Amino acid sequence: MAINLSTKIGPLSLERPTILASGILGISLDVFNRIYKAGAGAVVTKSLSKEPWEGYANPTIFSVKGGGWINAVGLSNPGAANFASMIQPNKEVPIIVSLVGSVEDDFDFMIKQFENCKVVAFELNLSCPHVAKVGLEVGDDLDLVNKIIKTVKNATAVPVFAKVGLGSTDYIETVSTAVDAGIDGITAINTMRAMAIDIETQRPILSNKIGGLSGTPIKPIAVRCVYEISSKFEIPILGSGGISTWEDAVEFFLAGASAIQIGSAVGDNWIKIFDEINNGISQYMEKKRYSKIAEMVGLAKGS
Amino acid sequence: MQRDPNYPTICKIEKVIDETPSVRTLIFSDDVLPNVLPGQFAMVWIPGVNELPMSVMISHEQGKAAFTIRKLGEASTGLYNVAVGKYIGIRGPYGNSFDIKEGKLLLVGGGTGLVPLLRLLTFVKPSDDVTVLIGAKTKAEVFFEDMANDILEKNPHRVLVVTEDGSYGEKGLVTDLVEKIITETKFEAVYTCGPELMMYKTVQLSHEKGIFVQASLERMMKCGIGICGSCCIGEDLVCRDGTIFDGDHLLANKEFGHTFRTKAGILDKF
Repeated sequence: MAINLSTKIGPLSLERPTILASGILGISLDVFNRIYKAGAGAVVTKSLSKEPWEGYANPTIFSVKGGGWINAVGLSNPGAANFASMIQPNKEVPIIVSLVGSVEDDFDFMIKQFENCKVVAFELNLSCPHVAKVGLEVGDDLDLVNKIIKTVKNATAVPVFAKVGLGSTDYIETVSTAVDAGIDGITAINTMRAMAIDIETQRPILSNKIGGLSGTPIKPIAVRCVYEISSKFEIPILGSGGISTWEDAVEFFLAGASAIQIGSAVGDNWIKIFDEINNGISQYMEKKRYSKIAEMVGLAKGS
Repeated sequence: MQRDPNYPTICKIEKVIDETPSVRTLIFSDDVLPNVLPGQFAMVWIPGVNELPMSVMISHEQGKAAFTIRKLGEASTGLYNVAVGKYIGIRGPYGNSFDIKEGKLLLVGGGTGLVPLLRLLTFVKPSDDVTVLIGAKTKAEVFFEDMANDILEKNPHRVLVVTEDGSYGEKGLVTDLVEKIITETKFEAVYTCGPELMMYKTVQLSHEKGIFVQASLERMMKCGIGICGSCCIGEDLVCRDGTIFDGDHLLANKEFGHTFRTKAGILDKF
């Protein structure tokens, strides 16, 4: 019997719970189509800004010895308007558009660029750890978070999620503000501020010196955050942070996530990762006799 | 600890060879890169400057690898200027490699695009009949002609040079000579690396004749491992699916020979 892997993240229904995380591979519609065919339930675009950004000079990504990645790509992206015209032909792929900006008007402008595109949700990146004036600095400013979400919710009927990370403000405060402002779901977590120094040349490796740590090292932290958010709020959660196996995915469901996002593991295992994780989830559900994902979401909280 | 291909391994430059007034070869010792397959590349970190993808050049010494670089932008000029005794960091090797056929082979290279082709020459069978075409703007920019002849010393072979200004070899575009040669000789396979419009024409001409053809593509690369998406061409990622692609696959891709992406990911025309 084919297992039904569909899931609901508040108002958004997806056929499969595995989503390509923002920042990974997300700059062309052809690639989105390929990843969707490879098994992803949805794809999140690179974070788009009002104007095109080139990002930082290389090196922008390298691995951590023992597992994980550190990156400071610097939010390179073609800008919301260019990107919207590029995905305009989309018919099939559930695309979640990620946005970054420093004031509410940026978001209003960007949302309007996508009026004629098939977009299933927006994800507000309130947590990029390595670009000034956007990302974490916005997520740390609760007044600004409130204004941005209210503006965005006013500008579109499409579901809106907020991606949070660990900044200088308690992320629970950011989530609380987002929930009060009417957000439809929370993506948790983003990468965490990190760096590595080469001991021969005695320099930081990233051109930006400091970047974001992703992959397996941050998974236990992400599970903890998803668990805390789901314990404190009635809000759908998209779990993200170091998911590389179906067991990881199930752990996030049990912590309270209704869907999961996969990023770094694409670098380690390539795009077959979506199919592998979907298959593993199916087998687990069969073994545990679940007929839908929702039956296991948040189960760990009751124990 | 075992070497992590995705974390920079630091190498000291041991020797620098000037190939032309703007092209240099940097030689260094390494355990892995001397033995890569033809077409594979490394991400090369120039500490304090930048990092860029480089096809791995052959060296004539055991345990040594090389990069051949033309100074052009910030990163390539940075690598060009790395002196003997200074350090670079390497990640990789990454990417796939040429499918090496047997029989009559044609290699078409422009500039530093000759690097993966020279490595390919070290893999040919002694019985293979190999033709190498080298395209350059002018005589001063011709390099690796002697090296190609040396590698192919024991093979039936010819190395032909075409310059745009006619200052050396035949005058014209290397693709004019490709057209002439593949009409005269039935090749088993054509391999090309160099400027994209040169490769596009070479792939088109070969494909029309029904000859197996492969090209090694170049795109803006940041991660080199299929995470950042910068190097996408259609649905393919040059770093992870390439850099070598079959001609028929490329001709079905509307971006090949027409557009590339900028650092911001905006499509631009060649």
